[in-house]
Amino acid sequence: MTKLRQTPSQTVGPYFAYGLSPEQYGYQHGLTSIAGHDMAAGDVEGQQIRIEGRVFDGAGNVISDALIEVWQADALGRYAHPADPRGSNSNFKGFGRCGTGTDPQNRFWFDTIKPGAPEAGQAPHLSVIVTMRGMLLHAFTRIYFSDEASANAADKVLNAVPAERRNTLIATKRDGNVYRFDIHMQGDNETVFFDA
Amino acid sequence: MNDTVNPRDWAGQPAYIVPEYKSTPLRGPTKPLIPLPQTLSEVTGPVYGHEAVTGNDADLTRNGRRNGEPLGERIIVAGRVLDEDGRPLPNTLLEIWQANAGGRYIHATDQHDAPIDPNFFGGGRCVTDAEGRYQFMTIKPGAYPWPNHHNAWRPNHIHFSLFGPSFLTRLVTQMYFPGDPLLDLDPIFLATPAETRDLLVSKFSLDLTQPNYALGYRFDIVLRGRSATPMEA
Ligand SMILES: [Fe+3]
Repeated sequence: MTKLRQTPSQTVGPYFAYGLSPEQYGYQHGLTSIAGHDMAAGDVEGQQIRIEGRVFDGAGNVISDALIEVWQADALGRYAHPADPRGSNSNFKGFGRCGTGTDPQNRFWFDTIKPGAPEAGQAPHLSVIVTMRGMLLHAFTRIYFSDEASANAADKVLNAVPAERRNTLIATKRDGNVYRFDIHMQGDNETVFFDA
Repeated sequence: MNDTVNPRDWAGQPAYIVPEYKSTPLRGPTKPLIPLPQTLSEVTGPVYGHEAVTGNDADLTRNGRRNGEPLGERIIVAGRVLDEDGRPLPNTLLEIWQANAGGRYIHATDQHDAPIDPNFFGGGRCVTDAEGRYQFMTIKPGAYPWPNHHNAWRPNHIHFSLFGPSFLTRLVTQMYFPGDPLLDLDPIFLATPAETRDLLVSKFSLDLTQPNYALGYRFDIVLRGRSATPMEA
């Protein structure tokens, strides 16, 4: 059977905020945001954490028009999706979206809960989509946690990454419950991006 | 055996780095992508259905009104969201954003000296029905200049964002209009391989056109499908 071709990807351009994160960028009009940086609002079980970071281009400059999207399991490792038969914490959707254009330091940040391990052989992590003006198609990466060393050591995805690059996928625990995760599009420290 | 999501059609997609599009050389990944097995984390994804769409979200000629009707040419943009086997994808969220009829975005960083329309915002969303169909009412966006090179203008376009059934089916794209002379000059459009470029161009449709009201354009969208292949353990 002849398959249809996939519709090609195009850049989000500089004005994505408009359609994708209008509330974060303060647009006064009728359209609400379906998702934002506050993922753990309401009665959500689990350890409250913040993940924050910046996105750097190949010249080391901070990118102010990137959009970061994250997808994660709940505190017990369950996804709010029909393919996960366990069903998740009903108050936790698991999806967050944040542009880098509103913070004075051009950080993205997510106030969320620490995910549980979703299945055997996988450490707690978030799945990440990185896109921006100047990217014609989005990139996939993951965020792991520096305080999950033993789980990380057994993670099948991390183990498929060359050892010297694994650190680019691990958020570093800072004060309190804040984790830092910078994304480097290029350079010696280029973040690992996946063919997913 | 289990269903897995088909790979990205790399041959039909633009590259990360396209020198003619001058923001890409410092922003696209340069190291080889690492193959990622399809785990539960990838075959699941954000679920947004009809509850995410309210009121005039799909009617951009109404959702930004303050004291009158927006200016410009009313158009209907409609189509189907399908997988590679032609199966319709129901309950799929589409989010769109666009410039107004004068080619201006309501955005702090848009400095193009064209008028803002107080009655047009330019953002909207809708969800596909059981047959994968969607429909927006909007205003035809104007072309606008951008700083990529001397006298660079973006063709008329509407930005589209879709999730589809899983994290892997996510798509952000742009819909163009047939016969636009700027298409042959646009590094973003031309970054797409010639064999799939036409998939980005909508088709004028007299069937969709509403008499005495608005022209219709059809734009179908194809997301990554699924195949029966061994699932990575
Ligand atoms: Fe645009």
